[in-house]
Amino acid sequence: MSENDISADLRQQVEQALSSGTAQNICAGNTKQFYGRTNAGDTLDVSQHRGIINYEPTELVITARAGTPLREIEQVLTEESQMLAFEPPAFGSTATLGGTIACNFSGPRRAFSGSARDFVLGCTLINGKAELLHFGGEVMKNVAGYDVSRLMCGAMGTLGVILEVSVKVLPKPETELTLVQQRGVADSLAKVHSLARQPLPVSATSFNDNALHIRLSGTDGAVHAARKLIGGDELPAGDDYWQQLKEHELEEFDTDANLWRLSLVSNAPVLNLLGSTLYEWNGAQRWLMTSENSEVIREEVSRQGGHAVCFRQRTDIQQVFHPLDSGLLKIHRQLKKAFDPDAIFNPGRMYAEI
Amino acid sequence: MTLHKQEIIKALLDILPGEAVLFEEEDLHPYECDGLSAYRRLPMVVALPGTVEQVQQVLAFCSRNDVAVVARGAGTGLSGGALPHEEGVLLSLAKFNDILDVDAGARVARVQPGVRNLAISQAVDALGLYYAPDPSSQIACTIGGNVAENSGGVHCLKYGLTVHNIQQLKIVTIEGELLTIGNSGLDSAGYDLLALMTGSEGMLGVIVEVTVKLLPKPERAQVVLAAFDDVVKAGAAVGNIIAEGIIPAGLEMMDKLAIKAAEDFVHAGYPTDAEAILLCELDGTNKEVSEQILRVREILQESGASEIRTAKNEQERLIFWKGRKAAFPAVGRISPDYYCMDGTIPRKRLPEVLKNIADLSKKYDLPVANVFHAGDGNLHPLILYDANKPGELERTEEFGGKILELCVAVGGTITGEHGVGIEKINQMCVQFESAELTQFHAVKHAFDSKGLLNPGKAVPTLHRCAEFGAMHIHHGEMPFPDLERF
Repeated sequence: MSENDISADLRQQVEQALSSGTAQNICAGNTKQFYGRTNAGDTLDVSQHRGIINYEPTELVITARAGTPLREIEQVLTEESQMLAFEPPAFGSTATLGGTIACNFSGPRRAFSGSARDFVLGCTLINGKAELLHFGGEVMKNVAGYDVSRLMCGAMGTLGVILEVSVKVLPKPETELTLVQQRGVADSLAKVHSLARQPLPVSATSFNDNALHIRLSGTDGAVHAARKLIGGDELPAGDDYWQQLKEHELEEFDTDANLWRLSLVSNAPVLNLLGSTLYEWNGAQRWLMTSENSEVIREEVSRQGGHAVCFRQRTDIQQVFHPLDSGLLKIHRQLKKAFDPDAIFNPGRMYAEI
Repeated sequence: MTLHKQEIIKALLDILPGEAVLFEEEDLHPYECDGLSAYRRLPMVVALPGTVEQVQQVLAFCSRNDVAVVARGAGTGLSGGALPHEEGVLLSLAKFNDILDVDAGARVARVQPGVRNLAISQAVDALGLYYAPDPSSQIACTIGGNVAENSGGVHCLKYGLTVHNIQQLKIVTIEGELLTIGNSGLDSAGYDLLALMTGSEGMLGVIVEVTVKLLPKPERAQVVLAAFDDVVKAGAAVGNIIAEGIIPAGLEMMDKLAIKAAEDFVHAGYPTDAEAILLCELDGTNKEVSEQILRVREILQESGASEIRTAKNEQERLIFWKGRKAAFPAVGRISPDYYCMDGTIPRKRLPEVLKNIADLSKKYDLPVANVFHAGDGNLHPLILYDANKPGELERTEEFGGKILELCVAVGGTITGEHGVGIEKINQMCVQFESAELTQFHAVKHAFDSKGLLNPGKAVPTLHRCAEFGAMHIHHGEMPFPDLERF
């Protein structure tokens, strides 16, 4: 067994937690403590459970232990001209694969390539009975059993301790460039939707009151043909606009207000909410910087069939994630019980009830 | 207390109109099996609700009275997932066949579960959009069944499976409660129940509405056909294409027997002397396709293809595909019966898997034609047999089971896209450990604590696995494979 494989220790810690009835606060790189509700409990540190277990560029899959730094994975993939196509934000240099999957964090490419959960092929986890379980695998198509691997994505560690994850990877595009057009929000919304109706190599969009950014990725010819068609000023090569956007390092994010993430149908109109908004994913993800109270935000977003997360809170907000209706909450409680009957994993991190 | 058949029929007739409740034996026969016709069983009664409220009432009644329910779409599934329960209600969603809403701006369509897969793409064709997953049964299979099975097709490598192409579901729980899963946006609050429901084989809830994502139709699609004198070279060519950073829209392989059967059937112009052919489809913008076609041809050349043809026009492209898409019925013409397997393997293990299948084919004295979604490693060996010859179906099933166990042994899975159903229930014992199966049962229990939805499918009981394991070791052949063992 590799010295980087501490699964036996982790299982033992879970067994002890079970016998003493002590809640466990799962963490690794400590970059996402800001996200979600706060939960009490002893730290279950997964950061030493690390290392890439298998990487087969021609099979388009990488398997790594949960504590493996995202940076290490991205570096190894870059050497083979491949990438994590969900372009995850890290929010810090120590971010790990496990934490990224547990939060289901996806970046600018998400609306065009898919989310973290879309690329997960399999996982190994410790459930709340301290059992080591494998689900899914390293193959692209697998419908044997329920899709527990994807269920772990975004579950915030409340259903189990993720030990290993296999994700599908994709080749890096041959060429990439970004066009900037001066447009207002309503105009940009209309523009990105007219582009989305055409088979164009668009890989990211973002807009605010002043400008629309459109990233093109693909073969050289396809990207340059699209640039000609779409028009606008090209960002100089080496400009790290998308990197700054995904890591929330753009000036727009520099605020004392709460940062909300609104997820709703991409062509929803501009919402009637105070504060400033940065739009991504053709309008399906909207970053709202506001001091507006949460009920007002949630009511407006619910009306559009979406949901709102208080992504970074500067004031104390108890209900970080969008409230669930009673039917769904019942299923959530029962699933929690199915995976973690003694409620030892991250209790309350996501919702008070689970 | 268990209700008698007459009481169940009477209760259903209180909820549904007379013509929507079938119970005479002759009316039940059309429902006795799905696409896996080797397994047949009559349901006690068939219910054909026409509204979501009726589905809720039927399920609530079944829940209160401990009556089993098996949901059914078009019945094209290949794993016996819709095989009826003899003491249960077969719930047909056939009447739910309306496209409710198309939002071209958001590129989504809200449809009822009984809408056929292909009908969605046809309905949005004029808008320049389509629904990407294209299982080979797409003319007949319904979207509700596609969600239940997480169906794939020949374009999965680039465009994903059903789970990647749906956005929202409405389901009715066994208690009759209507739940909305997913969101109008790209993600939703709470656990990813959308992923959990997709591929859950009717075990967790009944799907009554699906919102699918639509894509703009590519400007151009082009296909290259390459012939190889060795399947190993063809397999390596697939890896070489992907290593070059190209993700084809479709990448299919057929072996000699499959080529010959398809060619005799549809005259696609396939080289029948080849040991394997690859069909590589590229789509996208005109420029992109032109660039990639050139590169793919070079890679195929370097990989040792004995012949490379690019379809000259759309007509020829469709002919190239026709042979592949007709491979199953083509094999059906050269054999009284065939049994389609559905394992997935890491692609690099293909040569040894094919060799092992060939060895097993000799051992069981049953020919095999191999059709392979090569891009994503999903292998469909078709075992040729004659059900009228005593013992041949049993031998075929055992052979098929060995192929699936082989897939697991090389790091793959027993089912890539057809589902477990009743067919692969024993091989689930090979794929998963007891603790994992127990976890699956706990998931089931979270939705359906009485185990009334599609009982006996998808996840075996530990007892069954113990029996299967024991028989496996002591006899090597399972007696009475059509009997349930709980």
